[in-house]
Amino acid sequence: MKVGVLALQGAFREHCLALAGLGAEPVEVRKPEQLQGCRALIIPGGESTTIGKLMDQYGLFEPIRKMGEAGTPIFGTCAGMIMLAREIEGSEQPRLGLMNIGVSRNAFGRQVESFESELDVPVLGAKPLRGVFIRAPQVISVGPGVEVLAVYHDKVVLVRQGHLLAAAFHPELTEDNRLHAYFLAGSRL
Amino acid sequence: MTEKGTWTVKKGLAEMLKGGVIMDVTTPEQAKIAEEAGACAVMALERVPADIRAAGGIARMADLSIITRIMESVTIPVMAKVRIGHFVEAQVLEYLGVDYIDESEVLTPADEQYHINKNEFKVPFVCGARNLGEALRRIGEGAAMIRTKGEPGTGNVVEAVRHMRMVSGELRRLTVLPKEELMAAAKDMGAPYELVVQVAETGRLPLVNFAAGGIATPADAALMMQLGCDGIFVGSGVFKSENPAARARAIVAATTHFNDPQVLAEVSRGLGEAMPGMDISTIAPHERMQERGW
Repeated sequence: MKVGVLALQGAFREHCLALAGLGAEPVEVRKPEQLQGCRALIIPGGESTTIGKLMDQYGLFEPIRKMGEAGTPIFGTCAGMIMLAREIEGSEQPRLGLMNIGVSRNAFGRQVESFESELDVPVLGAKPLRGVFIRAPQVISVGPGVEVLAVYHDKVVLVRQGHLLAAAFHPELTEDNRLHAYFLAGSRL
Repeated sequence: MTEKGTWTVKKGLAEMLKGGVIMDVTTPEQAKIAEEAGACAVMALERVPADIRAAGGIARMADLSIITRIMESVTIPVMAKVRIGHFVEAQVLEYLGVDYIDESEVLTPADEQYHINKNEFKVPFVCGARNLGEALRRIGEGAAMIRTKGEPGTGNVVEAVRHMRMVSGELRRLTVLPKEELMAAAKDMGAPYELVVQVAETGRLPLVNFAAGGIATPADAALMMQLGCDGIFVGSGVFKSENPAARARAIVAATTHFNDPQVLAEVSRGLGEAMPGMDISTIAPHERMQERGW
């Protein structure tokens, strides 16, 4: 199964490796035509302002928005979560706005406050997931149809809205690929 | 349990900067131009390297009010430079909350023998390297990101190319050495044995490696990316050129689309004059910034 990974900037290589490890066929996407044939899409972590500008410049907003609206599964991590959100606190930056969530950027502080911690993610089973949070956002409001899958100290950090999945942390930076597997399992339906 | 300042977190921010451009800025206005152009981070400085070179004298950590104002003006990560070996400048920047520290040869070294023990800090460090031994020594000291040194402030990419080719060549050579030769290789390179064994197995550095020092055009950026760099630092190349905003945007696009000649041709048009360049042979060896660091 071909899975697109938006490769404009950020940690796209790690997502490609995680996907390949699970038997999917990752496709780096930098231009709209590279989305053809992709059955699902990952929007990686990076700088959301940089990714947004390059998406705008190379005409990727409309095709990805259409894919999302048509039911193609999309998984956003960190900056990818920001791109998927409808509301971004205090910012007018461009976004896909596909998910009924509001997010706050750099919600945990600057880099010296970045951290890793165990997270309980019931949909992945009893074993906790190691969450790596780097200048991470958090979900500050959740609208209809959005399911909260994990919280860290009362802060929402993993959400799902049907075929759309968003994480404030970086599953691609650890060896544990259960969240990628969960996303792919949903994509095969 | 929550842990801050771990190796994963330090190296992780560099992973998030990959495929991006980090630009030297000296004012909040320049920082905004850089962010608006799509920079993934900025380096807050008092002077860009070309001006440091011209001014002479001792170059130190920037005035903290400049760094603070730049931190307040943008939402992207802000880096700042300290002198080689000046661990107190680093303590101050960590307290201030900068996102990355560059222990940089662009400033005048504070210690002629030792670099900072970067393992002691929660804030991550980036360091320059001309060859694999130098890169592995810095990693051993705790650097979480490496960049080529190049020759800063020259607008001449030749030294960055030399350093990148040197590191790649040495990595390739290590991968074919029998195991019993690795200790002698570590000795010859002056590099920690464990790291030599590790890179001999994987054939790549265990962290992110950017290009820096002399990048002035979109084609320069794409050249360094095609040579295997993970991203680009642009120092004097943007704000010493005729049209900084347009050049910054073009270098960002060229770094993403580094393998796409069509995009490279589009973005390389009509950018105005690049920064004036310098031939390396006109700089006396003792004045070359890349010679600083041990």
